[in-house]
Amino acid sequence: MLVYTLQRIGLSFLICVTSICLLFSAIHLIPGDPASIMLGSRATPELRERLNHELGLDQPVPMQLVNFLGRVAQGDLGTDLWSQRPVSTMVAESLPYTLALIAAGLGWSALVGIPLGCYSAIRRNTWADRLTGILSVGTISIPSFVVAIYALLFFSIELDWFPVIGAGDEGNLGDQLWHLVLPSFAVGLGWVGYLARIVRASMLEVMGENHVRTARAFGLPEGKIILHYALRIAILPTITLLALAIGGMLSSAVFAESIFARPGIGKLIVDAANLRDYPLVQGAALTTVVLFAFAMPIADLLVAWLDPRVRATF
Amino acid sequence: MLGLILVLLMVFCAIAGPSIAPFDPFKIRVTERFTPPSLPHVFGTDNIGRDVFSRVLVGSRIALTVGGLSIAISLVIGLVLGLCAGYGPRWLDNFLLLVFDSVYSFPTVILGLTVMTLLGPSMTNLILVVVVVQTPAYARLIRTATLSIKGSEYILAIRSLGASPARVLFVHILPNIIGPLFIIASMDIPAVITLEAGLTYLGMGIPPPAPSWGRILLDGFDNIRDAPWIVVAGGIPLIVTTLGFTFFGESLRDLMDPRLRRNL
Amino acid sequence: MAMPAEERSAKSDSVLEVRGLSIEFRTPTGSVHALRHIDFDIPRGSVVGLVGESGSGKSTLALAIMGLMPGNAVLRDGSIRFGDIDLRSLRPAALRALRGDRISMVFQDPMTSLNPVRSIGDQMTDIQYRNGTSMPDKRRKAADMLRKVGIPDPERQLDRYPHEFSGGMRQRIVIAMGILEQPELLIADEPTTALDVTMEAQIVQLLRQLRGEVNTSILFISHNLGLIAELCDFVVVLYAGEVVEQGSVRDIFHRPKHPYTQALLECDPVRIEEVRRELPTIPGDVPNLLKAPAGCVFAPRCPKMFDPCAIQHPADYETSPGHVARCHLLGALPS
Repeated sequence: MLVYTLQRIGLSFLICVTSICLLFSAIHLIPGDPASIMLGSRATPELRERLNHELGLDQPVPMQLVNFLGRVAQGDLGTDLWSQRPVSTMVAESLPYTLALIAAGLGWSALVGIPLGCYSAIRRNTWADRLTGILSVGTISIPSFVVAIYALLFFSIELDWFPVIGAGDEGNLGDQLWHLVLPSFAVGLGWVGYLARIVRASMLEVMGENHVRTARAFGLPEGKIILHYALRIAILPTITLLALAIGGMLSSAVFAESIFARPGIGKLIVDAANLRDYPLVQGAALTTVVLFAFAMPIADLLVAWLDPRVRATF
Repeated sequence: MLGLILVLLMVFCAIAGPSIAPFDPFKIRVTERFTPPSLPHVFGTDNIGRDVFSRVLVGSRIALTVGGLSIAISLVIGLVLGLCAGYGPRWLDNFLLLVFDSVYSFPTVILGLTVMTLLGPSMTNLILVVVVVQTPAYARLIRTATLSIKGSEYILAIRSLGASPARVLFVHILPNIIGPLFIIASMDIPAVITLEAGLTYLGMGIPPPAPSWGRILLDGFDNIRDAPWIVVAGGIPLIVTTLGFTFFGESLRDLMDPRLRRNL
Repeated sequence: MAMPAEERSAKSDSVLEVRGLSIEFRTPTGSVHALRHIDFDIPRGSVVGLVGESGSGKSTLALAIMGLMPGNAVLRDGSIRFGDIDLRSLRPAALRALRGDRISMVFQDPMTSLNPVRSIGDQMTDIQYRNGTSMPDKRRKAADMLRKVGIPDPERQLDRYPHEFSGGMRQRIVIAMGILEQPELLIADEPTTALDVTMEAQIVQLLRQLRGEVNTSILFISHNLGLIAELCDFVVVLYAGEVVEQGSVRDIFHRPKHPYTQALLECDPVRIEEVRRELPTIPGDVPNLLKAPAGCVFAPRCPKMFDPCAIQHPADYETSPGHVARCHLLGALPS
């Protein structure tokens, strides 16, 4: 188990490093003077100077890469062009809001999607199953930012049930949770349908297998069979899907945070992008890459640990 | 069936858009701003008096152009890279895989924003972004298919008859992979269109005054209290497009499944 | 002399009585008549062998008794009496209460019969949910049963997972689960088919031993005549959904009356005395059961077929007490 774990973590690490290199080389693959291109019409000589220095563009290329990697390793993600604050600080400030949003989105979509998929599998071809199927396709088909905008329009503006902007008052957990409701709804909605479909397919497959037939033959109550015999196995591929969901939700969070004005990483990137503040965009993007790159192997390891057949091979 | 209808509708709007639009999507009529949906403005007007329905209609052209073009380019590049990875030396395969995985670990929108920050918002750059995002997925598929066919007895037999690697590649391996690939690509079109709309909405996509659906949503959002119908109108084409292509792709896939074909 | 079987006396103490059982499956292309007028008994304390080739309906019959048939199965006619309970009249919950407790089933494939993510101890204590005993008691009972089926160091094995055992061991575990609650009837559906010959011998030995100890009646389903001969007291021969012959094991193996049974015995490689280049087979295929055949179901393949066979369905004839065969040849015996 240890070797396998180290291998997966090592791979994730390698991916992160490659991503950094890719980002780095992206700057240099653009024809022309990177600084001018990036700053566009805002390119005053002073800003160009600052950007050049910030990105180390006045040094030989291999040196730049090494410097950059070194700085990242130490946690220095550069300096914001406009405010001169360290990027890592700005990222650290916004990260908790995004993490809360993703946790909430993941939580509610799993809590609704998994039982829904389970129920559809048990009661297949009934109206409940068909309805779930239609809803699944429906919710997957609406882009998350459209959901967010519509939710804002309907629940905040028209009905005035939820706040329109912000993340809630500091220290007031209830207020903050209230502010989470709509954004996490928007972020999670597409995944409810997706999760339900996967769980349904998994459950149907497992329920058709011989060991479930044996359990029935021994007169075990249906509830126990579904929960402890079938779902216990069917849930494993779902865990991997949840890790993938984190990546998708990071994207959705960008929109949700913009629309609901939550001070998370997503909003940070969007605002920075609009100001062409590349160091900030780069630093924040890298942070999300690290999050996602490590979420996947953690999920895989969890699945491996939960399956006694795989656990035994370590 | 429904999917096919919706897709054809979309294509029709894209081609005929400007001709059949009731109003000029760019024409500013400040006196008619914020008109709620009614005849003749079916979707109302926006904050500077432009007819929203016409904008949506013409926007379909942008959506499908970006969608179709970028996926086509991604397919070609992905095909080449995938074949190289599958058929080429081991180190190339490993290297390409690492690059693909690295691109994968960027949340899509964030990758888009990062690249657009570097390049600046424009249609060309947007297509480039989508290509960067989509290519690894296709390359990976092609690679897997190439690898699995590469060792098959069928290929070994042909090679033993003297076929050159190029011939093996193009005449024998390629036709086997192309079918499923097209289906997957057609189901990716709505995702790409959504990505374009999303990036434009965030201000880093297609610059104004082009009536991209994302732009309509952005304009609508800025005026959401005064003219809520604009965002509703902007969201509808995205939903319809996604539904249409999804159904279309699924029925295409069912069609190609030999088990189901028997009943036709 | 053969006489029609309607005058057969009802067995006094049978753990299972099947009378006139007919089961159909509804399919998009029509109704498949999987079982037709099945009559047999399982006397208490005996081992009854159910012989038939693939497609004869053996598993369908087993599942019917257990109440585990798929949704498109229809019980057209007949009854299944378990002791003094009519299984047909039971609600699903009552049927479920019987399973694992008074009627148990062991399936063919030990590799896939056990849940891979639950320890065998958990699976064995799950079956005991009806008892109301404490968990340590349940585990003790499980360990005792494992010991009885020949699994060494059972207390430790309880926490192991199925994949940690070989096929033969797994089948023993499944048998242990089957007799755990000392059921009155154990149905063993081809329990050795998926095992190699040495394991097969061990399982048969185990079943014989258990039969003496536990006083469970066994319905042993197999297509292996040798095993049937070794293990069973009575034999029921199934062909294409009908019981073509039944009787004691001596009757069936020494004095088979139905042409199908005779052909089966001839084809058994073990019995062949003359060494020839080809193994004997029964020509033809099992009929398609979408339509119940008009005459005798074996007629198309029967070497002794004559006029009535294709037109009229034969009755059951009792050639000696307890020995019944369904063949026209038995009705026209010279006096």
